[in-house]
Amino acid sequence: MRLSGARAVVESLKKEKVEVIFGIPGGSTIPLYDALYETSKDSGIRHILARHEQCAAHMADGYARAKGVPGVCTATSGPGATNLITGLAVAYMDSSAVVAITGQVPRQMIGKDAFQEADIVGIATPITKYAIQVNSASAISETIRTAFLLASTNRHGPVVVDIPKDVMYEEVDMDYAENVKIGGYSVRSGEPHPYSIKRALGLMIGSERPLIISGGGVIASKASEELIRLAELMMAPVATTLMGKGSIPENHPLSLGMVGMHGKGEANIAAEEADLIIAVGMRFNDRTIGKMDRFGMNAKIIHIDIDPAEIGKNIRADVPIVADAKKALSTITARLSEMGSKRGESEWTKRIRSLKESFVENYKRENKGMSPGRLMKILRDVIPKSAIVTTGVGQNQMWAALHFEVLEAGTFITSGGLGAMGFGFPASLGAKVACPGRHVFNIDGDGSFIMTEQDLATAVSESIPTVTIVMDNRVLGMVRQWQCMFCEERYSSIDLGKVPDFVKLAEAYGAEGVRAETYSEFEKAVRKGLKTELPLIIDVPISMDEKVLPMVPPGKSLKEVVWFG
Amino acid sequence: MAEGTRAELSIIYALVEDRPGVLFKVTSLIRRRGFNIETITVGSTEKEHVSRITITTRGDARIVEQLIKQLDKIPEVMKIGELNLNDTVFRELAILKVSAQDSAKRQDIYNYISIFRAKVVDVSKDSLIIEIVGNPKKITAFLDLMKGYGIIELARTGIVALPRGGKAGHD
Repeated sequence: MRLSGARAVVESLKKEKVEVIFGIPGGSTIPLYDALYETSKDSGIRHILARHEQCAAHMADGYARAKGVPGVCTATSGPGATNLITGLAVAYMDSSAVVAITGQVPRQMIGKDAFQEADIVGIATPITKYAIQVNSASAISETIRTAFLLASTNRHGPVVVDIPKDVMYEEVDMDYAENVKIGGYSVRSGEPHPYSIKRALGLMIGSERPLIISGGGVIASKASEELIRLAELMMAPVATTLMGKGSIPENHPLSLGMVGMHGKGEANIAAEEADLIIAVGMRFNDRTIGKMDRFGMNAKIIHIDIDPAEIGKNIRADVPIVADAKKALSTITARLSEMGSKRGESEWTKRIRSLKESFVENYKRENKGMSPGRLMKILRDVIPKSAIVTTGVGQNQMWAALHFEVLEAGTFITSGGLGAMGFGFPASLGAKVACPGRHVFNIDGDGSFIMTEQDLATAVSESIPTVTIVMDNRVLGMVRQWQCMFCEERYSSIDLGKVPDFVKLAEAYGAEGVRAETYSEFEKAVRKGLKTELPLIIDVPISMDEKVLPMVPPGKSLKEVVWFG
Repeated sequence: MAEGTRAELSIIYALVEDRPGVLFKVTSLIRRRGFNIETITVGSTEKEHVSRITITTRGDARIVEQLIKQLDKIPEVMKIGELNLNDTVFRELAILKVSAQDSAKRQDIYNYISIFRAKVVDVSKDSLIIEIVGNPKKITAFLDLMKGYGIIELARTGIVALPRGGKAGHD
């Protein structure tokens, strides 16, 4: 079959079972959009027109995380492609399978500073798993197969496929390659090595105070069940990283919540007191471990990760296990069951329980105005456990991490690694497109939401009814908190003023907006969100003096938790 | 190549697919980890479409090991490792233009060339171009001697290296 390069792109995407593309057309992608138009009746591919390419990338990311398949975004050459960068960097840091197709100026103009030319492969290389330019139409199908394979195997990550405009016009015989070979890349089985399992079991059996720290890898490999089983067999409390939040239901008796700079006091103290840390699908990020040379000083460390380059990168492991989290955990739990080593109550479980009890009141502390913690609890009580929650970045994200209990793995989507403000809202749209039957709530801040708020236009035009809760303190709250705690209240450039009026902003876009100034108004607004057919913005005015507490100040060890700022 | 009291020398080799952009990916990652590349050479190998990159750098052994693991994640990298300095043949080539106007000096230079098994590859009225091959220390020693006569221009290739013994180091 002879067809154009652009049509070959669309046919390749169909082969990859792509259902949705998030993007904005431009000069260099006109042939691609023409092919999408041509096939729109029978391709089964829905195109969602974003209003900013950064949002298109975040939407594809939110889609990928909610659905567990690669998310696809597209942008034109030059500014379109550079606008994708923040979204790609988020996907890279959080190991999310995003495939970005960018237009490029025609081949004979590349390198000549042509109109809307940018070296996107060069720019994207350090923040993607792979970036490649296609230099002939005959390479299109193979390259797209490669892109999807790379994005969604081993440790997932974003891939850029850059296609010059004239390549999209070139005619080609379509022949979809199922088997592609890329240098030294191979899809790993993910099976753990028996010797490391044996050593790990030895440490586990010998430990008195085991702690599991579970990361995003547990969610990516759908290993929650195995994780809970290991925790129950060992009676080991489970702390999570931000990315691992919800890998164990947070109302489980062994759940400690998030560990780290803004982690729960009980999780941080447990990390200091444990004699064995079983780290699964996590990478010992600086926000997770506090002062690096203090972390796990009293503990042996078992580190399970699919990526061999993570072993020993930040923290030395006594037993490294390069494996898929699900496969490693199921092997370990099977062996522990065979050995009949099911533990019961111990000094350690009592210690954990008393730690948790001792902090209960600390979390309930309220100042004047509405408490973010209580708002998160109301939200949890009202929305079903299958609802997907996304977040912005900053205080709003940490309040959600601390106080919003996630009860199902994969229902909490946040920019963990890069910490990109503006992620929450477009990610919520991507998640809703992926899972139209589920409720999607975005917990955001006013500073964070305003960075990508223009895609309310997308939400309204494409009928994607998500609910955004704006924790509205009229300041860049996290920076203000640091300036308060570490700069002697020298507040520098954090005041956002009284703009905009988020209710009117929502209405201007044709969405709905409500303001919630009391807990009961908030609850009512959330209930409205469960029924809304329009995108809904709930503006929740809170005091700018609300802080995210507890906190481990930078450079301190995890046990040096500050409760009151 | 500057010799000093800095961290231990590491020779990293990588067999990579011969495609545009691969060298950029490799060097970009090394830059990101804050390493200074002392030398880098790239060339063809016994296999078609496979290039060998040889990099020398100095850094903490643990970080070099971690760097290698990260480089190994670049899809086009087929094989990568560190060469054991005691079990590796490594060579570098330098060509230099030395000023040699007076005939007594020229004679001295010829003596050194003979001792170091270097070669004269071009002669003009007042200068010589010399080629020298060897391990980097030998080259540096020769260059130190030539400084006295006036090095007009110098080009060094950086190291190429292979492990000793019959088998390919990467098998």
